[in-house]
Amino acid sequence: MSNIRALIVDDSSVMRKIVERCLRQAGVQLATVYEASNGAEGLAVIGNNQVDLILSDINMPVMDGLEFVKNLQSADNAKNIPIVMITTEGGEAQVTQALTLGAKGYIRKPFTPDQVKQHVVPLLRVE
Amino acid sequence: MNSDLKTIVPGAAPGTAGNPNEEWRTALYEAAAEVFEMMVGESVSRQPEATPGAVNDTTAMVGLAGALCGVMSIRCSASSATNIASKMLGEPVQSSACIEQQLDALGEICNMVAGNFKSRIEGLREQCMLSVPTVITGQDYCLHSLADDDRIEVGLLFQGQPIILRLEVHG
Repeated sequence: MSNIRALIVDDSSVMRKIVERCLRQAGVQLATVYEASNGAEGLAVIGNNQVDLILSDINMPVMDGLEFVKNLQSADNAKNIPIVMITTEGGEAQVTQALTLGAKGYIRKPFTPDQVKQHVVPLLRVE
Repeated sequence: MNSDLKTIVPGAAPGTAGNPNEEWRTALYEAAAEVFEMMVGESVSRQPEATPGAVNDTTAMVGLAGALCGVMSIRCSASSATNIASKMLGEPVQSSACIEQQLDALGEICNMVAGNFKSRIEGLREQCMLSVPTVITGQDYCLHSLADDDRIEVGLLFQGQPIILRLEVHG
């Protein structure tokens, strides 16, 4: 869990900072934190950088999180990056859709640092 | 509106079990209390009545569409918005320099309260979608919403300052 390059995608800059803080509290040693405010910006980051972990909101302008994950699956350098969705939208249908599209986990807002740890750390150990 | 929700919408027909308005008001309060506890790191208390003369010049709104159509809003003073942002970020936010962070924080709180609220009402979690938040500053405005059929308001106290939470439902 060291030298992790994380991409945090959320239209709220405050939430991006909270997610980053939670990752650090979870013991994830972050080498680089890339930020994007929507899925399209996230794809641009992925196109130009190596990333080990993605945490993404769903409800965002321009390109939402589900569309973002869908697009990632067709990007050669992104297929195996673990993706965790973090969102206020918590319906079962949406969870299923996110997981089907390739997300490895799902955290509902509001969340605690422990919940972030619980969902993210096992993915990094596997990777 | 989804027929499953008819027994719990505000202003539901007489004869419905329980008091739908109070049930929703309680759900709204509990949703907000949990969001503040987990994301702001501070508890809020329920305020029975509005504070006379309170300045609530920052308003965040989130639209709801689907089984429930309406607008969720949260109003507070600019200084409360600053305090909320500071607590969420875990670092001091200067009110004049970082207005973007205050607005962002309040919008996100409103979004999370709306999401948490709908997950507490049977049938809403799956069938109701949220818009991205909008934040308005200043008091000299009049909001005209189609969601003017019913209204639930809950008063909160955060660090001794009033916060008004409102759900307007378009029946």
